[in-house]
Amino acid sequence: MLAPEPQAQPTATPPAAEAVLTVEHLYKSFGDNHVLQDFSLTLHRGENVVVLGKSGSGKSVLIKCIIGLLRAEAGRIVVLGQDVATLDHEAMDRLRAKVGFLFQSNALYDSMTVRENLLFPLRRHWLDHPRAQEGELVMQALEDVSLAHTADMMPAELSGGMRKRIALARTLILRPDIILYDEPTTGLDPVTAREIDHLIREVQHKYGTTALIISHDMSCVRLTADRVALLVEGRCYAEGPYDELSHRDDPKIREFFA
Amino acid sequence: MSANALLAETGALTRFTARFFREGFRPRYEVPELLYQCYVIGYQSLPMVGITGFIMGMVLTLQSRPTMAQFGAESWIPTMVGLTIIREMGPIITALIFAGKIGSSIGAELGSMRVTEQIDAMEVSGTNPFKYLVVTRVLATTLMLPVLTILADAIGLYASYVGINMKGVTTLALFVNNIFAGLTFGDVLPAVIKTFFFGFAIGLIGCYKGYYSDKGTEGVGQAANSAVVVSSLVVFIIDLVAVQLTGLLGLN
Ligand SMILES: Nc1ncnc2c1ncn2[C@@H]1O[C@H](COP(=O)(O)OP(=O)(O)OP(=O)(O)O)[C@@H](O)[C@H]1O
Ligand SMILES: [Mg+2]
Repeated sequence: MLAPEPQAQPTATPPAAEAVLTVEHLYKSFGDNHVLQDFSLTLHRGENVVVLGKSGSGKSVLIKCIIGLLRAEAGRIVVLGQDVATLDHEAMDRLRAKVGFLFQSNALYDSMTVRENLLFPLRRHWLDHPRAQEGELVMQALEDVSLAHTADMMPAELSGGMRKRIALARTLILRPDIILYDEPTTGLDPVTAREIDHLIREVQHKYGTTALIISHDMSCVRLTADRVALLVEGRCYAEGPYDELSHRDDPKIREFFA
Repeated sequence: MSANALLAETGALTRFTARFFREGFRPRYEVPELLYQCYVIGYQSLPMVGITGFIMGMVLTLQSRPTMAQFGAESWIPTMVGLTIIREMGPIITALIFAGKIGSSIGAELGSMRVTEQIDAMEVSGTNPFKYLVVTRVLATTLMLPVLTILADAIGLYASYVGINMKGVTTLALFVNNIFAGLTFGDVLPAVIKTFFFGFAIGLIGCYKGYYSDKGTEGVGQAANSAVVVSSLVVFIIDLVAVQLTGLLGLN
């Protein structure tokens, strides 16, 4: 196991720096299309890390490998101390209950109301909530995204920004330790996008979640990132705080901050 | 479609079928979803199946009357129409209507769920989407098509009775008697059995097309369209095989 025992390193690392998600030397290709080549990244508890990359650079592929929707050819992904490649179905499901995934396209179930959308992960994960508590959890999650009044609406009746927030509520309802955001602000107008950015920060402060945010929207990066990692040519080209990266002279880095 | 593509498609469909049998009979069983799909699929196709069944019976009767009259065999109309409907027309027409209505809607539904990542979302929500979406729908079509076919047969026969009474008179009791006198076990059983296969093929192909639908909105339309085309074709192939088999078994 990679994660060091907490006692083994007294005082050297504060507890806040515990690694909750580690990606090591990840390779993933589709035929001749080598998408990820030797990608490595570590997330520590409570921090928001943004992965910046051009369209088609493999950001969604990375996040899908982490959640186990795609299988990498080589490399290791350790989430909350568990190597995802070694997990069987049940263990994977248990792990997924602790990792929220906000899809690029929201992936709300069209045929279900907002309430049923939120109940779906709650009921399907075999979590032992008493039925009586479900309603309360749904309302709590909806209030977290300020959309309590939409519980009985269908996804088709909501605006793009509202759908994004409902999708966030659907991941929040399980109180995940980690949330993976796949381009949370893409396709939204700037004002709505900033609202989502603030919501991401709020969630981080309120629940202490760790977040991996994928984006190419620089305002989103500035507002939500504790740390930025650049995905270039399948590798983690550079990483560091926003202010530091934005002042580097490397042309490949400058491209992003132009 | 080139021969290669056809072979590849057949191979993929075979693997999909194998996966259905592998995953379908292992827990967790999605019983509530299965019942819901049976309800939806049955209910959705009820009006179409009813209307086509009625027209089928009526047209068969009215069309065959002049010919039968030429031979002075008008009293044989119920028997002949009954046999035709129960053995062939009922199953095949219902299956084709069902393929058009349900095959396409399953293809489109799963296709759009695939494109908008709803299938992936299910997978990360503690659900096996193959079991939850595919197995339930295939079982539902397999179970519902025989029921719908029997219903269409009944409606078709009633329409035939109405058709006969438009030009002549017969009592319902006599009509029913005539039909059952001409029917044997060997007429009914193979006809019912093949509808299970029709239903299975339609559900499976609809799910396959939708589940592996291409990205983009054209992918969804294509999934719906080819689900209908392919499953209608497969229905005819199964029908041909069924005729040969019942012949071999001496049931013809
Ligand atoms: N299931 C798949 N099969 C084949 N190729 C794929 C698949 N998924 C992604 N790819 C390829 O991987 C590459 C990266 O795709 P990905 O969706 O990760 O891009 P992205 O960085 O998320 O871009 P965007 O910002 O547009 O969402 C693309 O070239 C894409 O064609
Ligand atoms: Mg993407």
